[in-house]
Amino acid sequence: MYRYDQFDHQLIAERVAQFRDQVSRRLSDELTEDEFRILRLQNGLYMQIHAYMLRIAVPYGLLSSAQVRMFAHIAKKYDRDYGHFTTRQNIQFNWIKLPDAPDILADLASVEMHAIQTSGNCIRNITCDEFAGVARDEIVDPRPYAEILRQWSTFHPEFAYLPRKFKFSITGALDDRAAIAVHDIGLAVVKNDQGEVGFRVLVGGGLGRTPVIGSEICAFVPWQDVITYVESIVRVYNQYGRRDNMYKARIKILVKALGIEEFKRQVEADWLHTRGGPCTITQAELNRVSACFTAPAYEDLPDEDVFQGDNKAFANWLQRNVKSHKMPGYAAVVLSLKQTGIAPGDATTAQLEAAAELADRFSFGEVRATHMQNLVLADVKQTDLFDLWLSAQELGMATPNIGLLTDIICCPGGDFCTLANARSIPLAKAIAQCFDDIDFLHDIGEIDLNISGGVNACAHHHIGHIGILGVDKDGEEWYQVSIGGAQGNNSSIGKVIGRSFSFGQIPEVLARLLTVYVEHRYDDERFIDTVRRIGFEPFKTYVYATPVENDKELAGADYALLKVGVPYDMPYYSPRF
Amino acid sequence: MIIKNKAIVADEWTVLRPDAEEAAENVLVAQGRVIVPMRVWQAQRDTLVQRAETGVWLASDDRPEDLQEDIQKFTVIAVDFPKFADGRGYSLAYLLRERLGFTGELRAIGDVLRDQLYYMQRVGFDSFALRSDKDMQAALKGLNDFSISYQASCDQSQPLFRRAQRGVL
Repeated sequence: MYRYDQFDHQLIAERVAQFRDQVSRRLSDELTEDEFRILRLQNGLYMQIHAYMLRIAVPYGLLSSAQVRMFAHIAKKYDRDYGHFTTRQNIQFNWIKLPDAPDILADLASVEMHAIQTSGNCIRNITCDEFAGVARDEIVDPRPYAEILRQWSTFHPEFAYLPRKFKFSITGALDDRAAIAVHDIGLAVVKNDQGEVGFRVLVGGGLGRTPVIGSEICAFVPWQDVITYVESIVRVYNQYGRRDNMYKARIKILVKALGIEEFKRQVEADWLHTRGGPCTITQAELNRVSACFTAPAYEDLPDEDVFQGDNKAFANWLQRNVKSHKMPGYAAVVLSLKQTGIAPGDATTAQLEAAAELADRFSFGEVRATHMQNLVLADVKQTDLFDLWLSAQELGMATPNIGLLTDIICCPGGDFCTLANARSIPLAKAIAQCFDDIDFLHDIGEIDLNISGGVNACAHHHIGHIGILGVDKDGEEWYQVSIGGAQGNNSSIGKVIGRSFSFGQIPEVLARLLTVYVEHRYDDERFIDTVRRIGFEPFKTYVYATPVENDKELAGADYALLKVGVPYDMPYYSPRF
Repeated sequence: MIIKNKAIVADEWTVLRPDAEEAAENVLVAQGRVIVPMRVWQAQRDTLVQRAETGVWLASDDRPEDLQEDIQKFTVIAVDFPKFADGRGYSLAYLLRERLGFTGELRAIGDVLRDQLYYMQRVGFDSFALRSDKDMQAALKGLNDFSISYQASCDQSQPLFRRAQRGVL
C-alpha cells in the first residue's frame, strides 16, 4: 500500500497543528460556530444528536493492520468501544469530544492517516473496488491512480469551497464494484485498441434527493491527462454550479441543465489550456506510486478444492464470503460486519483488534473496507480458509450472508444523524431478526437491501434492489419502499412502489416482495432480474392487495439509543439542546 | 489597513459599492484611487481609463474574460467573497492570473477571514482586505498554515511530483 514520504508526513503534521489551533480558537470563542462549522466539516467533524462524530478517511478503502489497530485504540480511548464503517469506505466514531479531536488526529498521523475532506463541500475520499489488485476481471489496478488523485485533491486551493460535496469513485475491472455511475465523477481505468491505459470518465451521477446515473463525458482520457481533465471538470462546476439552493447544487444538476454535450464543450475548452502542461502525470510519478502497490510475496500454490467436506456452515461461508483471486491457491475473504443484532458496519474494539490480527496472520497485514460496509482480507491462502473461518466465527465476523438479504447497507439514521427523518439501524436489526434463517437467505440468493434514514441517501437506497427510505410525516417516522435499483455495470434507479409504511409493517412488506419473487423466478434468477423481467406491477399489486399488519412491538423495541445521555456535560452546541 | 505581500500596510484604495439599483453609468466615481464594480467599469470605461491608476472588482458571478482587453491597465483587481464559503472567487483569481496574465495587485475583499488566506494566496491573491471585525496581526499566521502543497497553482507552477525528489524515506 502507499507509504508516506517526508512530504506527506509534514503536510499531515501541519494539518494537525492547524486544526488544533482552530479548535482552540473555537473553544475560546475567537471563532464563531458559523465560522468554525465549515472548518471542522472539512476535517470530518460533524455535530450529531448526541455528540461530535469524527469521520476518518480510508483512502480507496485500503488499510494496514497498524491502522486498524489505531481504530481500536481510538474506539477505546476516545469513544464507546466501537466504530462504524461507512458506505464510502471510511470509518466514523460517534461519541467524540471536541477538545479530543486534535489528539485523535495526531494519533492518526502516526499511522499515516487523517480526516481531511471527509465532509464539507470539497472533494471527498476517493472510493475504489475493494478487490483492486486481486480480482480476476481486473484490467488495470486503479489504486496508483486513486492515490495520485488523492494527493491532487488534498488541500486543492481552488476547490475547498465548491457549491456542494464532490465524490470520485474509480474501478479498473470489467465488473464495476465501485458504483462509479452514481458518483460526481466516476472513472473506469481501461485500455484502448493500442493497449494504452486511460480512463472512461462519467460525470454527474449521484443519489440524494435527485438520483441520476452519470453520463459519459469522455470515452478515453489518457492516464497522463487525468489530473488536468478532472481539474477542468471541477473548475467549470466551481464557477457555474448552483449556489442558491443546496438541494440543486450538485454537479448532476449543472450537467442536466447544460446537457452533457455543452458541459463537455465547456470542460474541454478549459482543458485546452492545461492539457500537456505541468500537471500532466509523469511516468516517474506513476512508477513511484505504483511501486507501493506491487503484489505481496505470493507462494507458488495450486488451486485447492476447498468446497469439499460436509461441514455445511463452512460451506455456506465459502459460498458467500470467499471470492476468487487472480493467484492460484489464494482467495479474497469478506469478513461480515452484518451479524444479526448488530448495527450494519459497526465494529467493536475487540473486532478491530482481531481483524488486524487476522490480517497479520493470514493476509500480508492488509485489510480493506468495502462500500457495502464489510471488511476484506484480500490475499488469503486457500489452505488457511478453515482456520480463518474458525477465528472469524469467534469474533462474530463470519456470518455467511455476503450479498444476501441481511447484508444490509445502512446509514446511522435517526439514532445519530441530525439530517435523518427516521431510524435506520433499529429497522435493519428488526429485518435481520425476522429473516434470520440462513437456508432461507441462501434460497433467496443475491439481493441488495439498502436502508437510508433520510434523503441524503447515505445508504444508497436508490440503487438497492430493494431500497428503503425513512420519511417524516407529521413528526412520525415512515418508510418508503422502492424496487429495481442496482449498482454496477447495469446501474438503475429504483422506483417507489407506493405509499409508505410504518416501521412495524416493513418486515411483512419485504416478505411479500420476496413471495412474488419466489413465485416468478426462473432457476437461478436473482431478485433484480425477476423485477426487470416481469416488471414492477406484480410486486406492487401483491404488496398492497391486503392490509399489512403493523407489528407495533417491533417498532417500539428500540428507541433506547435516543435516550442515552451525552458523554460529557454538554456537547458543544448540540442540536439536541 | 490591509494585508499585502505578507505585511500589514495602509490601504490606499477605496472600494466603491454602489446600490445595486443605481444605473452603472450614473454612479459617481470619486477622484483618487477607487476600485469600481465591474459593471461601472464597463459603463464608464472611456473616462475611467484616462486615470493614472485604475481598480476594478469582480462579483462572484462576473466573468474575468470580460476584462481581457484592459487587463494590464489595472493597478489592482479585487474579487469579492460575498460569503467565505462561496468558492467561486478562487477560480476567478486563478483565471485572472493564469489565463489573463494579470500581474498587478490581486485583492480579496468581502468575507475574507484568516482560515481561507492560505488557499487564497495559492490561487494568486497577494492582498487581503480582512473583514473589519478580525485581528489582522493574528490573520497573518493564516498565510503560513502549510509549507507543502501537492498541486500546481499560481504560487507554484509545478506540482510536487515535478519539483521535489519524492519517495525518500
